Amino acid sequence: MRNIFKLAARNLFRYKRRTLLTSMLITLGVVSVLLFISVSGSFKALMVGQITDSMLGHVQIHKQGYLASVDSLPLNRNLTGKQIDKVVQVLAEEDAVEAYSMRIKLGAMFSNFIETTNIRLNAVTPVDEIKTAPLLTERILEGEKEGLLKPGEILIPELIAKGMKVKVGDGIVLVANNKDGSVNGQNFMVRGILEGISGPGGRDGMVHIEDAKTLLRIGAAEVSEVAIRLKDIDQLPAVFASLQEKLGSMKNQQGQPIFEVHTWESISPFFNIAKMIDLMTFFIKIMLVAIVLVSIMNVMIMAVYERINEIGTISAIGTLPNKILGLFVVEGFLMGVLGTAVGTAISLISIAIMNATQISFDFGRQTGLLLSPAIGVADVVLVVVIVIAIAVVASLQPAWKAAKMDPITALKHV
Amino acid sequence: MSVVVAKQLVKTYVAGDIKVEAIRGVDFSIEPASFVSFIGPSGSGKTTLLNMIGCLDPPTSGQLQVAGQDITSLSRQEAARFRGEHIGFVFQDFNLIPVLTVFENVEYPLQMVQSWPNEKRKKRVLEMLDAVGMADQAHKYPSQISGGQKQRVAVARALVTNAKLVLADEPTANLDKETANRIIDLMKQMRDEFKTTFVFSTHDPRIVDNVEITFALEDGTLHRLEKSAGGDHA
Ligand SMILES: Nc1ncnc2c1ncn2[C@@H]1O[C@H](COP(=O)(O)OP(=O)(O)O)[C@@H](O)[C@H]1O
Ligand SMILES: [Mg+2]
Repeated sequence: MRNIFKLAARNLFRYKRRTLLTSMLITLGVVSVLLFISVSGSFKALMVGQITDSMLGHVQIHKQGYLASVDSLPLNRNLTGKQIDKVVQVLAEEDAVEAYSMRIKLGAMFSNFIETTNIRLNAVTPVDEIKTAPLLTERILEGEKEGLLKPGEILIPELIAKGMKVKVGDGIVLVANNKDGSVNGQNFMVRGILEGISGPGGRDGMVHIEDAKTLLRIGAAEVSEVAIRLKDIDQLPAVFASLQEKLGSMKNQQGQPIFEVHTWESISPFFNIAKMIDLMTFFIKIMLVAIVLVSIMNVMIMAVYERINEIGTISAIGTLPNKILGLFVVEGFLMGVLGTAVGTAISLISIAIMNATQISFDFGRQTGLLLSPAIGVADVVLVVVIVIAIAVVASLQPAWKAAKMDPITALKHV
Repeated sequence: MSVVVAKQLVKTYVAGDIKVEAIRGVDFSIEPASFVSFIGPSGSGKTTLLNMIGCLDPPTSGQLQVAGQDITSLSRQEAARFRGEHIGFVFQDFNLIPVLTVFENVEYPLQMVQSWPNEKRKKRVLEMLDAVGMADQAHKYPSQISGGQKQRVAVARALVTNAKLVLADEPTANLDKETANRIIDLMKQMRDEFKTTFVFSTHDPRIVDNVEITFALEDGTLHRLEKSAGGDHA
């Protein structure tokens, strides 16, 4: 076996330039794939983190039909009384749940005593909200971040602050329609300005849940949305399945489901972008396979053709066909190994450099997001194994041709 | 016991509608440690005959025994094994492996065809290089030595496995006369030293002066030439 490697390596070395070119092509492919995986992966993780940690949470529970009409923020589709108790009880049983926040979502008129505009609001319990959306406080551009807000205070979105020329500390009035059609108003003090983010709820203001109840004249417990944060996003499928089973399957007297359970994926449009990224990764991998297959096969067909006489010689003096096969397969294998080794090294170094130089990018209204590309051992191993396996597969056909060559015909070849 | 025994050996090539009777029923035998040549003009069937003896090409009909074994119906794999074990080859174009040194070329059959242990192998290769006078060139590559030297290395490679029979198809055709004679002398010397049977072919009547047994081939038929007739015959 050592001799087969020695001979194969010598033959590769004999055509230095060709070996180098082919290996470089493989290197290029490996580098593109690994860098794409790491950069897109980090982009994805960052975006998903932004979306789930600053607003959505990982899972959301609503009353059946709420999300379909979420644009009008309907108050008559809130969860009430026993339904809330049930949710609390079910969530208490899930070990993977880190925290959850119960929100009332409402629309209101926003007045600075000169002008009036519409505003969408999330009414929350600050301690729960901070635990569920830990990045939320980061979005407070002006004003005290600590503690989020107290009753009587409001966080207003950037756009309204600018449009209505409202500053931190100003007094404003919210006027809202109640469920029964009456109207109620209440004074608030602007506690802070919230940075807008892409996706649903990204441009909403925020008030304390107790204020929402008085404004909307809600007596008993009532909730539009339960946002849930998991300890680990990898547990999402399991938790989702369990919640679906426990809550999603519950029916009322009319046989209609009571709750709807959603993961962030079905709520945020970014999930489709994430899926596109996965699809692109897949196609880039396919391209890598094609590059390796075509380049190695091409070189090996040439190698066999150039060495027909040599094949005839070694075959005549008694080299068995499987050894001849081995000689050529090992040549393809070594080229694959060379290309992959260099490619992996370049990729890892590039990733380290990217991390050291702190590349930032903007996405939608968010600016200065820091990219921290990383690549898992599993991804590297997968790419390495695929490339080397394809290199071997690509050499098989030419090698097989060499192995079954008739020595007389091969010796006569000029 | 004869190293090669051929009886009514026939080889017919069929290419489309055309049949070429390259060997037309020849009988001969070759004794151990003999020095034999097949002489004949181009197209007379020398290569065809040597290829059959060398287990590279099966006969169309007739009997052929080499090293006491019937070789008329060996599979490809069996034939390769048989060649690796019993036969050494010397080619017209030397056919050394260009990426291997002189030493490694001679080592090749012991490593890639047979599997000799390391130390024994090295010792044997040096011994053979010494015998053909190429020990001082052991680390050169084929491209760095002359044609005559290449053929010496090829003779060493053919003998290194202790083959009973060495077949050389026109081994001197690409060499000048003086070098050709030295190669023939070398082979004869090797025969004396290792008791190996040498069979070679040539179309050059001047070469056969040195040969003990000469068969003349003409249009696929064979007859043995008497020693005295050697030089100026044909
Ligand atoms: N593979 C083949 N197919 C058809 N005819 C062949 C083949 N090999 C040899 N011949 C023919 O057989 C005859 C003997 O050829 P060969 O043994 O090569 O002669 P030599 O080696 O003496 O020059 C020639 O007529 C040649 O054309
Ligand atoms: Mg010939």
